[in-house]
Amino acid sequence: MTPRTLFAKIWDAHVVHPLPDGPELLYVDLHLVHEVTSPQAFEGLRLAGRRVRRPELTVATADHNVPTGDRALPIADALAARQVGALAANAREFGIELFDLASPHQGIVHVIGPELGLTQPGMVIVCGDSHTSTHGAFGALAFGIGTSEVEHVLATQCLVVMRPKTMEVRFEGAAASGVTAKDLILALIGRIGTAGATGHVIEYTGEAIRRLSMEGRMTVCNMSIEAGARAGMIAPDDTTFTYLAGRPRAPEGERLTRAVARWRRLKSDDGATYDARVAVDAASVAPQVTWGTNPGMVADITARVPDPAGFASAAERQAVERALAYMDLRPGTPLEGLPIDRVFLGSCTNARIEDLRSAAGVVRGRRVAAGVRALVVPGSQQVKAQAEAEGLDRVFRQAGFEWRNSGCSMCLGMNPDILASGERCAATSNRNFEGRQGRGGRTHLMSPAMAAAAGIAGHLVDIRTWA
Amino acid sequence: MRPFVRHAGRVAALPRVNVDTDQIVPKQFLKRIERTGFAPVLFHDWRYRADGSPDPTFELNQPAAAGASILLAGANFGCGSSREHAVWALREYGFRLVIAESFADIFYANCCQNGLLAVRLVTGEIRELFARHARAAGHYDVVVDLEAQTVVDDAGFRAAFSIAPYHREMLLSGLDEIGRTLLEEDRIGAYERDRDEGRGKGEGW
Ligand code: SF4
Repeated sequence: MTPRTLFAKIWDAHVVHPLPDGPELLYVDLHLVHEVTSPQAFEGLRLAGRRVRRPELTVATADHNVPTGDRALPIADALAARQVGALAANAREFGIELFDLASPHQGIVHVIGPELGLTQPGMVIVCGDSHTSTHGAFGALAFGIGTSEVEHVLATQCLVVMRPKTMEVRFEGAAASGVTAKDLILALIGRIGTAGATGHVIEYTGEAIRRLSMEGRMTVCNMSIEAGARAGMIAPDDTTFTYLAGRPRAPEGERLTRAVARWRRLKSDDGATYDARVAVDAASVAPQVTWGTNPGMVADITARVPDPAGFASAAERQAVERALAYMDLRPGTPLEGLPIDRVFLGSCTNARIEDLRSAAGVVRGRRVAAGVRALVVPGSQQVKAQAEAEGLDRVFRQAGFEWRNSGCSMCLGMNPDILASGERCAATSNRNFEGRQGRGGRTHLMSPAMAAAAGIAGHLVDIRTWA
Repeated sequence: MRPFVRHAGRVAALPRVNVDTDQIVPKQFLKRIERTGFAPVLFHDWRYRADGSPDPTFELNQPAAAGASILLAGANFGCGSSREHAVWALREYGFRLVIAESFADIFYANCCQNGLLAVRLVTGEIRELFARHARAAGHYDVVVDLEAQTVVDDAGFRAAFSIAPYHREMLLSGLDEIGRTLLEEDRIGAYERDRDEGRGKGEGW
């Protein structure tokens, strides 16, 4: 048999039928639903008189639009309340399990899927959300879709998809101390650009990837979309199986043993070929921070704000000029030492327990700098509970951080957590687009430890020099 | 879905690369539970100043861009968030197609679902279209023919574009994709039975 990639094994196993003119009908094992991209899909079903084909393979949570303050209070924003209410009504009407604001399992959709053990190797997972790529960390094929496709999956449990191309991204060697999964993925995006992997599914390989925890692998796969990729994936191994064992929705006992035996075969065969290959020397990656208005506008923390004149094409020069104007940065300014106003520790990229531990380690016994407002928003209520059991909430609170309930929060600022115009934020999220965290807000993406340190220092710091 | 066959219209130029869907429809407008009502907020933060008045420097606010139905933009258009609201907003505003050097994958798929044609041309052709648009001070029209897969103007510009046959058919016929998939019921049912009973294709990878 010809050697196949991890991607091809999963894809081939899910093809229901090849359709005329190129695409294939692909079966979906897990469909995750949230309040922002689903109401129009459910409405479409109603209008056509259709049912949800496999409600038991569909799971919903409210995350994007939810307040992160007191959960006992009703949602103040009437439109947000209507949207969250619509999700609850749709879940009831169509028989879908919902983790609502009252649930101890509520959280960001890409945090709770893995945490509950819903996300498993070999699955095809979709969600009306681009960061669905996160779940690829388990050796699943997971990708974001639009609302019309959400409706299609609800109605048919299938999706019509053109087979994407494959790209291997190999992180050779081990990352240096202070360099996290976030730095690896930002460095990659800096190198290949925000459209560098368009049309491709990335498989991450190499020693630095194998050494990552599941949390770290999720961070890497999460930001695959920021490189333009359709999905990111990592072959499952003992790290994966250990993480899954004992999770509420993961197989148990004999079933788990059988599943693990099957999952072990989920890796690219020797000699399998990819459509593209990129190699990154992990040891040479420094802590990263973005300076511009997309995740590809990123540099080593020791670097300076670039000069637009140094870019090759007129389009790039224009884009950099625009970004620097928006970010209020002058070429040549050192990134280290750049003063900040806000810190956001949160999002589906970096708000899992390991991220909070790493940030707490930096702030323990210290105080947030005068004039800086810092926010911790755990990725899920389970992460929050775990952090509280470990006393991390006290560490953050004593340092002057606000400690919130779970949701997307200031990653996109659909809820009241937003930047004011002109505020500069050290953020652990994944997008630094204009206005992403609030109109006129300026976002610098970085790792949790770097963001925490920036909050204490009041400016961007190189975590490697942090004592 | 309204079929797309051929369209002649005014070009609006947005000479920026990496236009993300957060710019096309900012998050504060994603709270609607309808597919409509997004035209007024298309490109909101670029289109309006902080006080709510139109920003006269924004490309779509130029008098010549009034009534434009073809958007010409830089590479990697529609990157970022999967929000289909971006496509709904473009359609409702009156755009029938977007021409760019490249599109982000999810955005491209969303376009096909909504009868918005996304036309990929090569760098030189895009540059030429921007130049012609500038020379005409924005009073620039082209004709896009999906059957012939061409973009032409009346002053000698002609470019051919490629599109996957499936997407082309889908747009030309205004296909109901869900209805089409439901025709495969027998196959889906058979796949599902094997899968659920542990005899699926995934057992043997
Ligand atoms: S945390 Fe941010 S990126 Fe992740 S799902 Fe929520 S809004 Fe999207």
